Amino acid sequence: MLGYFARRLLQGFMSIVGASIVIFTITRLTGDPVVLMLPPEAPPDVIDALRIKLGLDLPLWRQYLIFAGDALQGDFGRSYRWEMPALDLVLDRLPATILLSAVALAFSMAVAIPFGVLSAVNRGGWVDRFGKVFAMAGQAMPNFWVGLLLILIFAIHLDWLPAYGAGTPAHVVMPAIALGWYPVAAQTRIVRSAMLDVLDSDYIRMGRSVGTPEFSLVWKYALRNAAIPLITMLGVYFAAMLGGSFVVEVVFAWPGLGRTVVEALFARDFPVVQAGVLFAAAMFVVANLLVDLSYGIVDPRIRHGR
Amino acid sequence: MTDADAPALAVEDLVMELHLRRGVLRPVDGVSFEVGAGETLGIVGESGSGKSMTCLSILRLLPKPAGRIARGSVRVGGVDLTQLSERELARDWRGRRLSMVTQDPMTSLNPVFTIGDQVGSPLRHHRITRTLRETRARAAAALGRVRIPSPERRLDEYPHQFSGGMRQRAVSAMAIACEPQVMIADEPTSNLDVTIQVKMIELYREIQKETGVAIVLITHDMGVAASICDRVAVMYAGRIVEQGPSRAIFRRPAHPYTQALLDSIPRLGARRKRLFALGGQPPDLLDLPRGCRFAARCPKRMARCDEAYPPEFKLPDGHVSACWLSESEAVHAA
Amino acid sequence: MAVEADLAPADTAAPRPRRRWRLPSAGVPWFSGLILLLLVVCAIGGDALTPWNPAALDLRANFQPPVWAEGGSWAHPLGTDNLGRDILSRIVAGARVSLVVSLWAIVLSGGIGSLAGMVAGYFGGWADVLIMRLVDIQMSIPPLALALILAAVLEPGLETVVIVIVVTYWTWYARIVRGEILSLKERDYVALAKVAGVGSATIFHRHLAPNILNTMLVLATLQIGQVIIFEASLSFLGLGIQSPAISWGLMLADARAYLTNAWWAITMPGVAIMLVCLSSNLFGDWLRDVLDPRRKQL
Repeated sequence: MLGYFARRLLQGFMSIVGASIVIFTITRLTGDPVVLMLPPEAPPDVIDALRIKLGLDLPLWRQYLIFAGDALQGDFGRSYRWEMPALDLVLDRLPATILLSAVALAFSMAVAIPFGVLSAVNRGGWVDRFGKVFAMAGQAMPNFWVGLLLILIFAIHLDWLPAYGAGTPAHVVMPAIALGWYPVAAQTRIVRSAMLDVLDSDYIRMGRSVGTPEFSLVWKYALRNAAIPLITMLGVYFAAMLGGSFVVEVVFAWPGLGRTVVEALFARDFPVVQAGVLFAAAMFVVANLLVDLSYGIVDPRIRHGR
Repeated sequence: MTDADAPALAVEDLVMELHLRRGVLRPVDGVSFEVGAGETLGIVGESGSGKSMTCLSILRLLPKPAGRIARGSVRVGGVDLTQLSERELARDWRGRRLSMVTQDPMTSLNPVFTIGDQVGSPLRHHRITRTLRETRARAAAALGRVRIPSPERRLDEYPHQFSGGMRQRAVSAMAIACEPQVMIADEPTSNLDVTIQVKMIELYREIQKETGVAIVLITHDMGVAASICDRVAVMYAGRIVEQGPSRAIFRRPAHPYTQALLDSIPRLGARRKRLFALGGQPPDLLDLPRGCRFAARCPKRMARCDEAYPPEFKLPDGHVSACWLSESEAVHAA
Repeated sequence: MAVEADLAPADTAAPRPRRRWRLPSAGVPWFSGLILLLLVVCAIGGDALTPWNPAALDLRANFQPPVWAEGGSWAHPLGTDNLGRDILSRIVAGARVSLVVSLWAIVLSGGIGSLAGMVAGYFGGWADVLIMRLVDIQMSIPPLALALILAAVLEPGLETVVIVIVVTYWTWYARIVRGEILSLKERDYVALAKVAGVGSATIFHRHLAPNILNTMLVLATLQIGQVIIFEASLSFLGLGIQSPAISWGLMLADARAYLTNAWWAITMPGVAIMLVCLSSNLFGDWLRDVLDPRRKQL
């Protein structure tokens, strides 16, 4: 178990290093990164100074090592727009994004699990059919559009929820729904198909043959098995939420990492963009790591090192 | 609730139908037998003969939505289960008064729940135990009864921590936890190796001696049937073709199908394969012959075999055979 | 967008859906095929099909609601935007961007990804390790974040959108094609051909390519919807298609500013996106069933 943990940790670290190489390389794609890293109106002597500081005369791999070394010490450069270290800014915005993504993920699972279970239990019934149409439609709607429609209906016409901003629990409702809508279809499909397999299994038949009530067979004994494939995918979905949060945060003016990176992009505030994307990647890796470790809780076979 | 004089399990003229798109077929087609308390009945036959479907029909665990009981009765202690609602059946009967051990010990236990939870579940659902402590104590006792060493310690383990033989014991413990009157064991040993098979069979006998449970043992293995059963019923294509005390059946098999089954037991204790002395396949249940269903494969086939299905003939040694060959020796047509 | 969330279940962790989740109606492939055909017709026909010039301003006729709403007229069936431009005409015109982006993105990401997947799967060894490591690394970056950096480094516009999508999606093809190749390699006839000394190129051409072609076709169909959403998201953020070019995502970005005045301006382009996307998913699903007899049976 410890060996497994160490191996996964190493893999995760390698992924982050890899991601940083990719991000670094892209920022160097267009030639002179100094132009990207400074505001357009920066005077020539500042540009020259930065060029020397960054060691742009060095080969690319040396440049990367310098960048990585600084990054490891927490130095991602300064944001000129917010006039603070890029790292501090990113760390300041990160919790809001994590909160939004987590609520969105919880929303999607709260919809997908009951739908998936009911679809499987009443296969071919109306929940199964309606659920399919509903889920397919959800998958075909861009999350920002869902967000705009929600604002249109619940903020403008009904005036039930605040249209943008953050601060109260009511603020998180619409962004979370907009963001969590998309993966519902895929999650429902996973739960449904896993549930069908499980309901057909010998142990459920055994449970039924000793008189276990149908309700507890489905919602206790079968569901925990059927949830495993969904839980193994949680990291992927969390990443999807993070990715999607870039647009949704803009729609709802949510003060998170996504909106900050988008704003930084338009301001050509490159240290912030670099740090933000790298952190998003790191969060994805960490999320996957946590998921890998946590489904041992649900599946004892993994806990005991199989 | 139950009648003390009635046999533990009495199945009469049971017909189970599967309504498929291709047509209606009857995997169980007019099956009757009785098992008394403390008695073991073996149901033998090839795979596909309807043995397993008979068990599932008794517990009414039918494939949904295709399966239904079309006719007949299943009486446990005198109460006809076919007349009960699904809810009553689950609440008061399954796992309580009659239970079932299924084929595969490796897949019959839920991998993500502890042994204690699963063995305790019939106790909880039938409200035999009220508290967690009580449930654990009774579950441990059930594990002890199936000879699992240090049962208290194993309650919190998961199925994957058990060996194949131990899992089958745990499944059996789950089945007998509420001390049912009838236990149906569907090929309980076919996936275990020979030494464990022998131990399991001994275990069932001991449990039977202790609790007086009536056992219906489904098997394709004549050797297993011979070693444990008081009486044997041989099934072919949904019907019982020969039934009686096992001694009589094994000494003087009257039905050619039974004879073929006996011939297929390998000698010298070699590991048996699913080898069958006769060629051919059981008939298609959607396209049954008018006469004897076994006729097409029977070495002793006569003209009249194709004309009518033979009635059951009662033989002098007390067993019953549905074969025209038995007519001459029959005491009277049963 | 949530690319991986949609893809991964199909090929990795989840058990293969043995009993597929089908829509009840047999008309599904017809409906979805028709919508996709309509997209192509609009993209090719463009201005010629529309009653109005999609770029023509008419400030006196701005904020006209669609025909079924109060105050609407047949002159502008889906209403007009803040500058009085006909929304239906703009949606028809926007189809071209959607289709062009889709085609380029699919051809390039499918080509590059499949090639990488084939090389990784067929040759194995260090090529496999290298390519799959790259796939893993890239999958650890949220697709839209990667897209944003690229879009910022390059000049925004149609080419950038295509490049960004290709960079994001090649991994999709690479992983699935690699898996397919690995399973094909196990089959006797491929192994035999190899033993018999048939050259790699011939094996590729004769045994592998025909088999993965079906997979690629299905993936490409499913990708249309994904690409359209991706493009819309980028354009919505202002990093994709730039005005005065017309794209559905850009229309939504514009309409956001007057959300309170004209609900139709925000609704209609979104419906267009949804219909095309839904059709692409449905048609892809159907195609997968038709082309894969193993799954069709169950």
